[in-house]
Amino acid sequence: MSDKMISPRDAYGAALKRLGAEHPDIVVLDADLAESTRSLKFKELFPERFFDVGIAEQNMIGIAAGLAASGKVAFASTFAVFATGRTYDQIRQLVARSKLNVKIVASHGGITVGEDGPSHQATEDIALMRSLPNMRVFVPGDAVETERMVETALKIDGPFYIRTSRVKFPVLFDENYRFEPGRGIVMREGKDITIIACGLMVSESLKAAEELKKEGISARVVNMSSIKPLDRELVVKCAQETGKILTVEEHTIIGGLGSAIAEVVAEEYPVP
Amino acid sequence: MVKKLSASLTDEELMRLKETARSIRRSIIEMLSEAGSGHPGGSLSATDILTVLYFHIMRHNPKNPRWENRDRFILSKGHAAPVLYSTLAECGYFQKSYLAELRKLGSFLKGHPLRDMDHGIEATTGSLGQGLSFGVGVALAGKIDRKKYHVYVLLGDGELDEGQVWEAAMSAAHYKCDNLTAIVDRNGLQIDGPTEEVMALEPLAMKWKAFGWRVTEVDGHDIPALVAALTKRKKKDTPHLILAHTIKGKGVSFMEGKVHFHGVAPTREEREQALAELDKKD
Repeated sequence: MSDKMISPRDAYGAALKRLGAEHPDIVVLDADLAESTRSLKFKELFPERFFDVGIAEQNMIGIAAGLAASGKVAFASTFAVFATGRTYDQIRQLVARSKLNVKIVASHGGITVGEDGPSHQATEDIALMRSLPNMRVFVPGDAVETERMVETALKIDGPFYIRTSRVKFPVLFDENYRFEPGRGIVMREGKDITIIACGLMVSESLKAAEELKKEGISARVVNMSSIKPLDRELVVKCAQETGKILTVEEHTIIGGLGSAIAEVVAEEYPVP
Repeated sequence: MVKKLSASLTDEELMRLKETARSIRRSIIEMLSEAGSGHPGGSLSATDILTVLYFHIMRHNPKNPRWENRDRFILSKGHAAPVLYSTLAECGYFQKSYLAELRKLGSFLKGHPLRDMDHGIEATTGSLGQGLSFGVGVALAGKIDRKKYHVYVLLGDGELDEGQVWEAAMSAAHYKCDNLTAIVDRNGLQIDGPTEEVMALEPLAMKWKAFGWRVTEVDGHDIPALVAALTKRKKKDTPHLILAHTIKGKGVSFMEGKVHFHGVAPTREEREQALAELDKKD
């Protein structure tokens, strides 16, 4: 873990800026939060391909779907709580069931927008998006992974949900890191327990593992940034090898990473 | 099917369009009766509109549903799927025999449309209020790519209760979508009763004007009037709203103006009576 701290939303802005030049088919939408989500970075360079819809998230998803149906790769951004909760039906019908090339990249995921209060804390968004057909769900563990996810979203056709955050994360990966959908990454080896985490909780879990070591507990830490598709094989392997699994996420356990892991373990190799 | 846009109709063209509309209405009755459920009222009220669009106005090619310069039609009032499917079959996007598969398991003719570009179905609709947003997106893509295609979105009047329609209306005007025409099938009825009793819409034309649209009111069953409205010269930077006054259930006497037939399919006897009536009309 490096001392460098970068917020995933800044990585998103940087990725859009870089990729926008190479890919004229990228369009970006926002709902009056372009400054906060960092989609503003794209707007500054490519104003003719940027659409602010105002405070109208449902309309944003509909317009994004229409653009995607006409050959564009549509990135749509706002806060995670509004990007998923207010728009669930629009995403379900026009994006997920329609298999359209819309990438919902939502910032301010989780509870680390604390000061704004619960109205702005996205704690159910992963559950909502995970339940949708054809939707891929990713929660990056750092800024580098965020950029790789945006690149992946550009390469693979279809609906994506990428959840970024406002706060700065420690940088975990170097520039050579390759993100692969459906692959979990063992960040630290251990044999007594596996901590499976996503987002900011990956670096927090690494810190916790260090503390546990002092108490003589050897904890494995896995970055499960690809929540759907999920690395079932790795989950089963961890269950078999460490006998215990703990999940950590900025989200309710119901329908989130915790549920996703429990489903696999219950089906394949029940352990506590 | 690449047609030249003409504002006036010859007698022969008018006769042919009327004949096509009659054939589409027959298909609607037959497929709904076969399915045993579905929405005849709002399908029949929109039949003349779709007939004029697909058989006189739009540039499209049933042999190449993905043709990138095609004009697009989006059925926002997705429950009127039978009129869309019948029209697409009438055009030759697929064989009419498929219409008997409406609402059956495994059929691409879902109770409400699912985007299916093999068969000319542009958008997944049925959850009301979403089609205009989708249409704005398609129109914006056309503008970015400097394409000449035009986007048509058909809305129900009851559907205008949905707030998202007005979000989309605002954004179409804001982004100067003069390549977008929305048509409101103003049949005056929604499931719970007359629109003005359930949730008053009037003054409707004024509302659209206030949202920055050019508004044309028309009798939605008067084919030459529909052609005239749809061929009006573009007003630069302004989306076009056609308020089409229609009769729910149009063409079948016992369905006309009846809320009951919003979402109830005709029985065998009703089907025979409806088809006999449609055959008799001029």
